[in-house]
Formats: sequence, structure tokens, C-alpha cells
Amino acid sequence: MADVRPLTLRVPEPAVRPGGTPVFADIATSEAGAVRRPPIDVAADDIRDLAYAIIRVLDDEGRAVGPWAGTRDDAEALEGLRHMMTLRAFDARMLMAQRQGKTSFYMQHLGEEAVSCAVQRALEPGDMHFPTYRQAGLLVAAGYPLTTMMNQIFSNAEDPLHGRQLPIMYSSKAFGFFSISGNLATQYIQAVGWAMASAIKGDTRIAAAWIGDGATAEPDFHAALVFASTYRAPVMLNVVNNQWAISTFSGLARGSSATFAARGHGFGIPALRVDGNDYLAVHAVARWAAERARANLGPTLIEYVTYRAGAHSTSDDPSAYRPKAEFDAWPLGDPVERLKRHLIARRAWSEERHRQGEAEILDTILAAQREAEAHGTLHSGPRPSARDMFEGVYATMPPHLRRQRQEAGY
Amino acid sequence: MATNVLMPALSPTMEQGKLSKWVKKVGDQVKSGDILAEIETDKATMEVEAVDEGTLGAILVEEGTDNVAVNTPIGVIVAEGEAADAAPAAQAGGSPKADEAPKADGASGAGATPDGAKPGAPDLQGKPKAPGQPGPGPTTDAADHALAGGAPQAQAPEVPAGTKMVTMTVREALRDAMAEEMRREPKVFVMGEEVAEYQGAYKVTQGLLQEFGAKRVIDTPITEHGFAGICVGASMAGLKPIVEFMTFNFAMQAIDHIINSAAKTLYMSGGQMGSPIVFRGPNGAAARVGAQHSQDYTAWYSSVPGLKVVAPYSAADAKGLLKSAIRDPNPVVFLENEILYGQSFEVPELDDFTVPIGVAKVARPGKDVTIVSWSIGMTYALKAAEELAKEGIDAEVIDLRTIRPMDIATVVASVKKTNRCVTVEEGWAQSGVGAEIMARLMELAFDDLDAPVVRVTGKDVPMPYAANLEKLALPHVGDVIEAVKAVTYR
Repeated sequence: MADVRPLTLRVPEPAVRPGGTPVFADIATSEAGAVRRPPIDVAADDIRDLAYAIIRVLDDEGRAVGPWAGTRDDAEALEGLRHMMTLRAFDARMLMAQRQGKTSFYMQHLGEEAVSCAVQRALEPGDMHFPTYRQAGLLVAAGYPLTTMMNQIFSNAEDPLHGRQLPIMYSSKAFGFFSISGNLATQYIQAVGWAMASAIKGDTRIAAAWIGDGATAEPDFHAALVFASTYRAPVMLNVVNNQWAISTFSGLARGSSATFAARGHGFGIPALRVDGNDYLAVHAVARWAAERARANLGPTLIEYVTYRAGAHSTSDDPSAYRPKAEFDAWPLGDPVERLKRHLIARRAWSEERHRQGEAEILDTILAAQREAEAHGTLHSGPRPSARDMFEGVYATMPPHLRRQRQEAGY
Repeated sequence: MATNVLMPALSPTMEQGKLSKWVKKVGDQVKSGDILAEIETDKATMEVEAVDEGTLGAILVEEGTDNVAVNTPIGVIVAEGEAADAAPAAQAGGSPKADEAPKADGASGAGATPDGAKPGAPDLQGKPKAPGQPGPGPTTDAADHALAGGAPQAQAPEVPAGTKMVTMTVREALRDAMAEEMRREPKVFVMGEEVAEYQGAYKVTQGLLQEFGAKRVIDTPITEHGFAGICVGASMAGLKPIVEFMTFNFAMQAIDHIINSAAKTLYMSGGQMGSPIVFRGPNGAAARVGAQHSQDYTAWYSSVPGLKVVAPYSAADAKGLLKSAIRDPNPVVFLENEILYGQSFEVPELDDFTVPIGVAKVARPGKDVTIVSWSIGMTYALKAAEELAKEGIDAEVIDLRTIRPMDIATVVASVKKTNRCVTVEEGWAQSGVGAEIMARLMELAFDDLDAPVVRVTGKDVPMPYAANLEKLALPHVGDVIEAVKAVTYR
């Protein structure tokens, strides 16, 4: 054996750590309008390049350009702006409520509002989302009551989940929002199962699976792709790549070569990569995938390239693992600012109306919060009844639980 | 109206933190959302934001102050033309709840009546009484106990007389145990989510990356199934992995590797290769983390041959047992508890302090009743014993420490003396560890029992999130007292 040297282990590192200058050399942004829009019955092999490009509609001047533009008119885009502004203001109020002890835990969407708000408008009522924990825009953009969301966050007497589930882990069958699992990735393969059931039943409804970049390392992600591919399930397979899984940078789940979208290639699943901070591009791509699924053409894998501008949750301190100014260097900008700029350029909006809009939205949220707080917060006011604790363990309460409930005095 | 700025709770388990820096000074104008100060906890550094508008009227806690309790007023914000002493609860000793702070938006708390519970604080949060020097409790070879419940021997003290004791948290003790074993044995490495750069999700691996480098303290992609499998493979290649699960709830994904591979390979390979590995992390309920993050897996793992299962309570036991677990040639499931991480105990200052796996400890000698518990359950057991002493009931409290192999001989020896037994665990009753102890007592001490054994357990429901329901779902000191009175016919 000639010249056999000891093996060494490679452990990937992010490009920069706290104290360094932020760089995003690996985010090779395509020009707005530059990426082609294939027909929905395209073969996966014919669009392999689209898993490495970034589909963008809004250019630097706020114009909507290229083949993916035109899925939203001004009124619809304005509605989208309002959804994103509402979600952002809602988050700010709820973060403050957490600091005031009205709830124990919160997760905000800062910088990622476009993804869930725009995808919601590309699907139909009756379709089913299997979200992870940063997609409350699906509810906001569907008109789910803000007070009901707060009741769940405050775990109060009107909590629709009866004090049983963590804050922000909403669940609404009527609004197509499956429960959120704290254990990552389980919902991804369940979405594929739901979609297959829709096909088995001869229904017309489709499913949307959601996962973050970090959790794609979970076995359920890979199993979901196998089943979606094999049975051509009517499902959108969404990957929200916000660059950070708590402190773990996306390269640890991705490896250092491929994109998350390219994970679809080995399974023969058409894969697109989109600017997640471009509301119009997100909507156009989601609509393309939804049309494919509904036309029985099977799954689409979509990677939304975005950036988690805030902390992972109220229990996280990002300054321990990434530069504080990293969001300022993020090349895809702020989704709210970009859509606002577009609408102002279209003369459908103005700085002044934007300020007015912010004030109106804040009033709406404050009113919702007053209503919710009248039903109690985590440590004060009305609470879920202790009876609720024993309900829902089984469809029918067994005698031993009834006994425990009575022993507890309820 | 002047408003107190309160020390915030950044997580449900936070009880105190350090006020590291004031960003604003007295007299500064502040508006809602401004950063007032920075605080540090054992987990993170965070900023305190202003909720109200006004002027910073007074600083009540100077920067650099350690151990500031959650909800202590740290400053006062006054409206224009007001004096700082107009604040409602700036006096010493006041511990108002965050909810009581006047709200910026004028929304009222709906006439809320405070219930006196601190936000996120566990039901039992008093600093537990540190166990003194080990008493003359029995000890014997673990294997004898497991098989036969053999006679306990006189326990050699685990700590030589005159040893200096230092106070440290369970978190620090676990960290030290890993660091000492990693210095001693180059084959030991730690792998898990956020163990390196972030210093551990619960800061148990603090400083290990800096001391041992990225090849021995390894951050992983988010896949418990994946990294547990990697580590079982590495253990079969001759390394000694410590697998950190962010919580044992997430280890359900990895349980196939733990049970079907780690626990059984020595057996199935005809003794050729085993899996010297430690699976460790917090187990059971923390606070406000809901159904999927609060489960107690002690009973699950304790039913599996091939595994050793350890669940320490004190910092000394956490340290000594983790060191033993790392040296053990078998797979060890090491069950920690998030609420205990921040609690302080006396730990012997010895170069190489180990506690043998499979040996229980008499944490409090007594004659009237035997209370058996482990891990967080010990807080209920010891507190109940203290209360019972006031009523003239002298309880002996046994800290099982290891669940498999179970030191049933120590329990039997105690029951032969007291003739009564209560078990305490946070897990569910059916097929629980308490059920196993009851069964063994039926086999080994039936004639010694003067009353049926009683189990104190969690309610038979998934853990609810709401603070009031969560409290109700977990055992209480009062439940233990009631159970003791039932078996002593008081």
C-alpha cells in the first residue's frame, strides 16, 4: 500500500459567524423575469435547471416582469400586501405579549411573510395544508379570525384547542389547516397520504406539505418523496429554506453542493426554486404546482428561498450563531417593502396610504387582542376548564378517566 | 402613570438571570419596542424591550447584578412630569406578575385575579434540599439485585469522609462529567442537534466545542433517526459516542436504533460486538411544552433487556452516574430532567468521582413508610417527607437512581422495616415503573406488607398545555402525602 494517509472528517461551517461580515455568495440570484415558465405537463427531466435558478417576478424598480408575472391583478396584490402587513403586526404584538407573560412562547414570521400568504391564495377552499410552525399566513390570508388565533396563543377559556396544544400550533379543519406537530417532518408524509386518499376517493382536492430546510434531513421527508413520486400524489411539496434551523445553517441539512429543490430530481419530481420574498413569484409558482396537482399530473417540489430575519422563537438568541446585520445583507430584500414598491410604481398605493394602512391594521389587531384578553391569558383571567383535560383522549371517555376527572373535582 | 419594568421570563423554566447591561440610562426617553437592557440566563442573552412610552425614571437593579428573580422590578418608566416613585410596586419584596404591569395599549387583564403562580414556574420550584453525605444505606452488586433481589450489604460511603463539597447545578455536573471523560478517553465524542456552536439546546454541552474541537463535539442535521444510527455504527467501530437528544420525545424517531440495534447487537452477534454508547437528554415534562414534548419514557426503556437505564436526581448522582455510563461497555439510556438542570446541589470535589450504576440510595432514613422515587419525582417525595415529619410520620425516601438494573433489594430491605410503600413518578400509571416495583414487592416482600402499595403518577391523559391543566395533570406533594396517609391508615 503506497502513500496511505489517515482519513479526516469534514464538518461543514457557515460562511460567517458572529462578528464577521455577512456574505451570501451561494445565493446566486437570477434576474427578475429571466427564468422560463414551462407548461404544467412538462417532464421533470426537461426542467432540471429550474431547481438551480431562482424564479423572480419583481425587479429592482418594482416592476412585475417575465413569463411568471400576471397571476395577480392590482387589487389582489394589494390584498396580499394587507395580509403580509397584518401578519407582521400580529407577530409584533404577540412577541410583546410573550414578554409580558401573557403566553409562554411565540414564533414570528419576520422576513418570510410572502411565502404562506401568497401560497394560500393559489389554492382553493377544501384543499388541505399540512404546515410546520411558520405558516400562520395561511390562516391570515384565509380570513381566519385573529381573535381565535390569540385565544389559542393565550390558552384561555375560548381557546379552540381547549388548552391542550402549544401556542401558535393552530389547527382548523374548516380552514384547511392541519394540526402542527412539534416533532418535525411527520406532517410531510401525512400530506402525501392525504393527497393519495383524495385520489383514491376520486375527489378534486389537493394537499400542500410544508417543511423547513433543516427538517428535510428527517427520514419522513425522503419517504414522502418516494411515495409522492411512485403514486403521483396530488400534492405540493413545499420546502421553506429560510437559511437557519435554530442555530444550524442550511448547509448542514443540504450538504454543500445541491439545492433543496434538486432533492426532487432523484425521484423524478419536477422541482422549482423561487424567490420566497417576492409575493408575486411565490403566487405564480404555487399556482403552477396547484394546477399540475389538480390536473392529475402529480407532485411538484418547490424551494422558497427566504431568510428568517427574527429569532427562531422567543427561546432563541440568534446573536450566538450569526452576525446581527445578516438580514441587511440578504440579497432578496424584504417581502413587504418589495410588494409595496411595486404597488406604488403601479400607482395603486402610496407611502401615505401605506402608513394609514399600518395604523388601521394595528387598530384591528389591538381590538382583537382586547377581545381575546377578555377571555383570559396564560396566567390570568378565565382558563380552559379542567374538564377539558380529560376530554378528547378517546372519542368516548372511558370510565377510568371519568373517575379521575371526578376525583379532581370536575 | 409610572410603570415598573420587570425582569422578564424568557422561557417557562427560567427563574432568574443576570442583568448584564443597561442600554438606556435614567432620564432617557423611551418608546415601545426600544431596547432598555440586556439580560443573560444560563441559556441565552436577550434584550429587554420597553412596552410603554415615557422616560426611564429609575434603575432599580444595577447592571452586573446576578441572580435577579423573574418579575423583580428592574426599572421604572414614568410619563411626562411624573416622579419615579409613583410606580406601583417598586418596594422590596414585591414580586408582581408580568401581567400586572400596566399595558401600553390600555387593554385590561379583564379583572384577572393573580393566582400567585410565577409565569412558567414549575409547581415545585423551591431549591431542593441537597442530600447530605450518603447515609449508611445498603449497597450490593447490581446484577444480584436485578436477578434475585438479594440481601443488601452495608453501603460503603460513595464519598470519603472529609471530602470538600462544591455547590453546582445539575447542568454543570453533567457538563463536567462529559468533559472529564473526554479528557480521560479520546474515543469519547458527543453528537446531537446544537451541541457544538450553540453549546447545547439546554446549554449542557457548554464549552465542550471550545475544549475538544469540532471532531469530538459534532452538530448534526435534524434527524434523530439519522444521528442515533450513525452513533450506533460508530460505537460498533470502537468509539464511545454520547448521543444528545434535545428531548427524549424526539428520540422516539431513533428508538429503532436504540432498541433493535444498540440493545440487541451484542446478543445477536454472539458476543462479538456490542454498542458502548450513551443516549442522554431531558426526559419527561418541563413546563408549558405540551403533549408532544412532555412524555416520560422511563418505563419504555426500562422494559428492554440489553439497555441500562439511569435517571438521577441530584447533581452529584448526575455527575457520578454519567461518568459510569460513559465507561460502561453497554448501551445506557441516561434520562435527565429539564427542570432539574438549573437546581443546585453539593457535589464532592474529587478527581474522579463515579457512582455505580444499579445501586439505589436512601436519601432520607425513616421508619414508618417507604417512598420510592427517582429523578424529578424525588422533589415531591422529599418535600412530602418533610411535611409528613411535622405530622409525626417518619418516611424513608429511596432514590432509585438506576431503573434498570433495578436495585430492588434496597427497596425490599426498607419495606421489611416500614411495611408500607408508596411510589412516585410523573409518568402514566399503566405499565409504569411504579407498577414494576409493586410487582417485585408482591414477589419478594408480600408477607412484609401491612397495606397495598400505592402509586402516585401523572393523570392518564396526554400533557395539556394550559398552565392550570398542566399542573393538574402532574403529581403534587399533596398526592404523595395523601398516598402515605392511605398506606399508614392515618
